[in-house]
Amino acid sequence: MPDYRSVAELAQCAAERGLTLGRLVLADQAAQMEMTEEELLGIIDRRLTVMEESAANGLREDLRSHSGLTGGDAWRMHMNGDKALSGAFCARAMAVALAVAEYNAAMGRIVASPTAGSCGILPGALLPMMELHGAPRQQVCLALLCAGGIGLVIAQQATIAGAEGGCQAECGAAAAMAAAALVELSGGTPEMCLHAVAMALKNQLGLVCDPVAGLVEVPCIKRNAGGVMCAIAAADLALAGIRSVIPADEVILAMGEVGAALPCALRETAQGGLAATPTGLRLAEEIFGRE
Amino acid sequence: MNVLDIIGPVMIGPSSSHTAGACRIGYITRKLLAQEPVSAEIDLAGSFAKTYRGHGTDRAIVAGILGMRPDDLRLPNSLEIAREQGFVYRFRTVSLPRCHPNTAIIRLKAADGTSVEVEAASIGGGNVLVTRLNGMESAFAGQCDTLIIPHRDTPGVIATVSQILSFSGTNIGNFKLSRPAKGRLAMMTIEVDSLVPQETIRALRALPNVENVVYLQAKPEDDGHA
Repeated sequence: MPDYRSVAELAQCAAERGLTLGRLVLADQAAQMEMTEEELLGIIDRRLTVMEESAANGLREDLRSHSGLTGGDAWRMHMNGDKALSGAFCARAMAVALAVAEYNAAMGRIVASPTAGSCGILPGALLPMMELHGAPRQQVCLALLCAGGIGLVIAQQATIAGAEGGCQAECGAAAAMAAAALVELSGGTPEMCLHAVAMALKNQLGLVCDPVAGLVEVPCIKRNAGGVMCAIAAADLALAGIRSVIPADEVILAMGEVGAALPCALRETAQGGLAATPTGLRLAEEIFGRE
Repeated sequence: MNVLDIIGPVMIGPSSSHTAGACRIGYITRKLLAQEPVSAEIDLAGSFAKTYRGHGTDRAIVAGILGMRPDDLRLPNSLEIAREQGFVYRFRTVSLPRCHPNTAIIRLKAADGTSVEVEAASIGGGNVLVTRLNGMESAFAGQCDTLIIPHRDTPGVIATVSQILSFSGTNIGNFKLSRPAKGRLAMMTIEVDSLVPQETIRALRALPNVENVVYLQAKPEDDGHA
């Protein structure tokens, strides 16, 4: 059974047993949690439903966060979807990612995947696969388990906390997980999933966590839109047979090391980066002054 | 950690540590009181103190005290619900330099005057750690069944407690002793791997030098598996 210390080991385990990553994680985690595979799939299916609800509820023109800082951008992206340069799939992916992240900021119910700050990326990648590419619901649940297995390795070998590793640990990890899920859902091999993980994470390496006023809003919400695009790009590259020169496990370790090297001001403390810009500081004062 | 911690938990936003973890701290405090609470004084320190309104930390803690889980859709309206129920709460921001940046101290009271004071930190991903209970050092997360046993510091009391647990087939996963002074009131915090039978709890309560036994049961839905 895998110990989730290496994504290469996960892929090897899957290959040896003739399973997809999602099926491997399903069998292993159901056994670990002392439940049947059907029970675990049922829980994941209910979480997928929560993702769908949050995407629908976040797509409101009048949605506003408690601070008043954000809301309504998912609606704007949705209304402009048919004119999007990147096409219908990407437009829908960004609208969903924004909707879920904005709904989170407005104290809506979401699935932290892997975190609340990055909760829009997996739904952003997977809901359009069902809606526009006809992906069967059960396959999407398995793709979520595939993503979960990748996330477990990232959490153990690096970190998924912005306070420890910056945004690369949250939106970066979510994009890597979503990229693997997209590849598996599109019929790619476990090895292709790993290349997608590596490429998605590489493209967000070094991304800092610098929330304005310390709130999960600016720039977090738009980084969910950016993160899902990064995941789609990495998945397309991997499905084309493009390989990451640096193996996924080494990219994950590098992400952890880059995170540890980030100054404290750039790890969720709201003391650096965008939080410390004149506008960031003014907004923080307006929000807390008002309260 | 398992796959449901990564694809989950299901929670009310916006922050796993400032909202979901805060709710869990309130919920654990309610369970430790083991009665219907009527009032609460809540001190917030560090990042909790700085950003609690923007993150709904106040709403999350009161929701937990009222018995809501971190995924309860009523969480954003908990302050209004508290007022409707006549539940009295007061928030203060304090400075606790030695503590984790996300720390809350909750003093919770029941109608008969019983009270409990919990100091807990939200340590990330919605996970929490209770660090003090009624002024005594402690350390438990509330994710597995936990026994809190205030007792008189006398020879053999710890051995007897562990013996009774062993007779009931209960495996101890973690044990912490807080003993501010020799021969005075001390407290055991014992995390166990399985359900502790009621007769075992009764036997523990009947021991000389054991002041009380609080059994904090972690229900499956507390892991957000529902």
